Amino acid sequence: MSKIEINNIYKIFGPTPGTVLENVKAGATKEEVLDQTGHTVGLDNVSISIEEGETFVCMGLSGSGKSTLIRHINRLIDPTDGEVFVSGQNVLDLSPEELLEFRKKNMSMVFQRFGLFPHKTVIENVAYGLEIQQIELEQRNKTAMDQIDAVGLSGFEDQYPSQLSGGMQQRVGLARALATNPEILLMDEAFSALDPLIRSDMQGQLIELQSQLKKTIVFITHDLDESLKLGDHIGILNGGRLVQVGTPEEILLNPADDYVSSFVGDVNRARVLKARAVMTKKDDTHNGKEIAHRANENDTLEELLPIILGTRSLIEVVDNSGNPLGYISDREASRLLSKS
Amino acid sequence: MKKIPQSVYYAIFTGLFGWLLVVSFNSSKRKPDSVGELFTDLSWLNNWPKWLDTPLMKWINDGWKVFIAEYGLIFDAIGYGLLRGYTELKQIIVQAPWPVVIIAVIAITYFSSGRKVGTTVFVGICTFFIGFLNPRFWDKAIETTTMVVLGIAICVIIGIPIGIAMARNEKVRNAILPILDLMQVIPAFCYLIPGIILFGLGAIPAIISIFIYACPPLIRLTDLGIRLVDKEVIEAAESFGASRRQKLWGVQMPLALPNIMQGINQCTMMALAMVVIASMIGTRGLGDEVLLGLQQLNVGAAIEAGLAIVLLAIVLDRMTQAYGEKIQERNQPVKKK
Ligand SMILES: Nc1ncnc2c1ncn2[C@@H]1O[C@H](COP(=O)(O)OP(=O)(O)O)[C@@H](O)[C@H]1O
Ligand SMILES: [Mg+2]
Repeated sequence: MSKIEINNIYKIFGPTPGTVLENVKAGATKEEVLDQTGHTVGLDNVSISIEEGETFVCMGLSGSGKSTLIRHINRLIDPTDGEVFVSGQNVLDLSPEELLEFRKKNMSMVFQRFGLFPHKTVIENVAYGLEIQQIELEQRNKTAMDQIDAVGLSGFEDQYPSQLSGGMQQRVGLARALATNPEILLMDEAFSALDPLIRSDMQGQLIELQSQLKKTIVFITHDLDESLKLGDHIGILNGGRLVQVGTPEEILLNPADDYVSSFVGDVNRARVLKARAVMTKKDDTHNGKEIAHRANENDTLEELLPIILGTRSLIEVVDNSGNPLGYISDREASRLLSKS
Repeated sequence: MKKIPQSVYYAIFTGLFGWLLVVSFNSSKRKPDSVGELFTDLSWLNNWPKWLDTPLMKWINDGWKVFIAEYGLIFDAIGYGLLRGYTELKQIIVQAPWPVVIIAVIAITYFSSGRKVGTTVFVGICTFFIGFLNPRFWDKAIETTTMVVLGIAICVIIGIPIGIAMARNEKVRNAILPILDLMQVIPAFCYLIPGIILFGLGAIPAIISIFIYACPPLIRLTDLGIRLVDKEVIEAAESFGASRRQKLWGVQMPLALPNIMQGINQCTMMALAMVVIASMIGTRGLGDEVLLGLQQLNVGAAIEAGLAIVLLAIVLDRMTQAYGEKIQERNQPVKKK
């Protein structure tokens, strides 16, 4: 079983969600339901499974239900219908006390506007999860200091959050989430409030942390570039419905509908597509071209383009141990780079 | 359950109103002579019909008698306890040498304001001027302050838990809000009188009146302060598995504290106003001096006493305000740079 399994979740906001559920199940759209009953459909039959150790990015426009979805995983929100399993445990079966224990042990969350405690210092913020677990002061300060070091904020531990810049505040948020050493990290638009430069800096930092820690990360964003950069898998939400799930390449190359196409239209594909996704088997059109370069399957098309265009010759794609997997010529490159 | 259509309600009300008109006509002394006059001369409807009167006063008085007979002892006990607290506290301060009192006030202000020298000096001067206005005012101001402090203590002990309960539970809030409206709107004299009957003349009914008059804003601001805490911050606490109690004391209360302090500040000002009104039922203190000036048509005396109340108000206001500001600054420290 996957680390996180969400099965046919429905969430309807309003005074009497139960009465509207049948309508939604019968296929009424978010707009229709709002018009006819005044209820808001948050999620409409969403099913996702997330594997241990991967980064799953959930993407969609504002109001598409991303925040609602992620809050089902730690049950900050109860679904109107459906099931949520985390590490094989049905989250909806938990009693109130068990739920608190579950949240303490399994996961922590990073927020869009940071969600820091303004009356606590940086170190008190980072140690909060441990404080809730009633770990003694000395021990939790030690753990918190290690995390503060890890995100590069040593020296700021006695400052209050409002004395820090946005990027620094979110690093406190990240340190606080990591301090309890959870298996799962829930990040709700964690970098959306940051300036572009700081944001890409933080993305880099997250990728680096993740390469060491191998957490299961659920990351939410409304930005496609960010999801392509971070995600092992991407799920796209529209109006509470999950319209497509797949790897970054699958989303880019086979958008499921117009909504997804409109997202991927502006992306620099060369930067995202890996050699693995571009290559083909050797065929007749390759005859007469010599192999000019040997590329790793994880190299991006952007890195290979100068060679392809410069020599008009063939590139051989190999895996990590050097076995040939396929070939790329200018023809494959141009086919995948054209938008239609 | 089937819903009763609205037209049924309208029919019932129209029927009742028609019946009232018929009864009024029958019991009216000035009956018109003809059907035409029924509409041109409406004098038969001029006065409110005598028979149309709820005996609310009698009900309340009867209920009150039973209430006193059954529960009077409880109020005697409360009154006795409060009186002892009041007298002892007052004795301690009155017997203290006046410079000690001033120094104590200055010290409290200095530390509660986070060592602000300006505020401290200002409060010290105001305190000094109360006695300086008229030596008689010194002890009276202490009496008044003791009543105010006791009144606020009761407001805090009862009001803050009520505010917390309201913030946590929609139903509790809906039940309490109308009671708060009632407490704020009902004229003070309406509860001063039962206060005298329950607790006798003097400081105790004044303290109870302070509670009724000054508690609503504290309750409202506690409720508001807790509900205004950023939703994301609450979610952050919840996502780490904080229980309701850990959330309340670790996050909601500290962040609501500036609002609660504002409530206590409001409470203090209203308590002072009430102490003056309460002088009408024989409560001593500075209000008593104002009343005396009024009765003797002595403008100077009344204004002098009024000024003393203003000074006392400033002192109490600055002391509570400064503490609230100190917390506020800690929660939202000014950005460096
Ligand atoms: N507590 C709530 N009450 C009513 N409607 C809500 C509530 N939370 C979210 N919604 C609605 O559900 C939809 C999805 O919201 P959300 O999950 O916050 O979207 P996103 O995070 O993708 O911007 C929106 O239409 C929003 O208005
Ligand atoms: Mg959101």
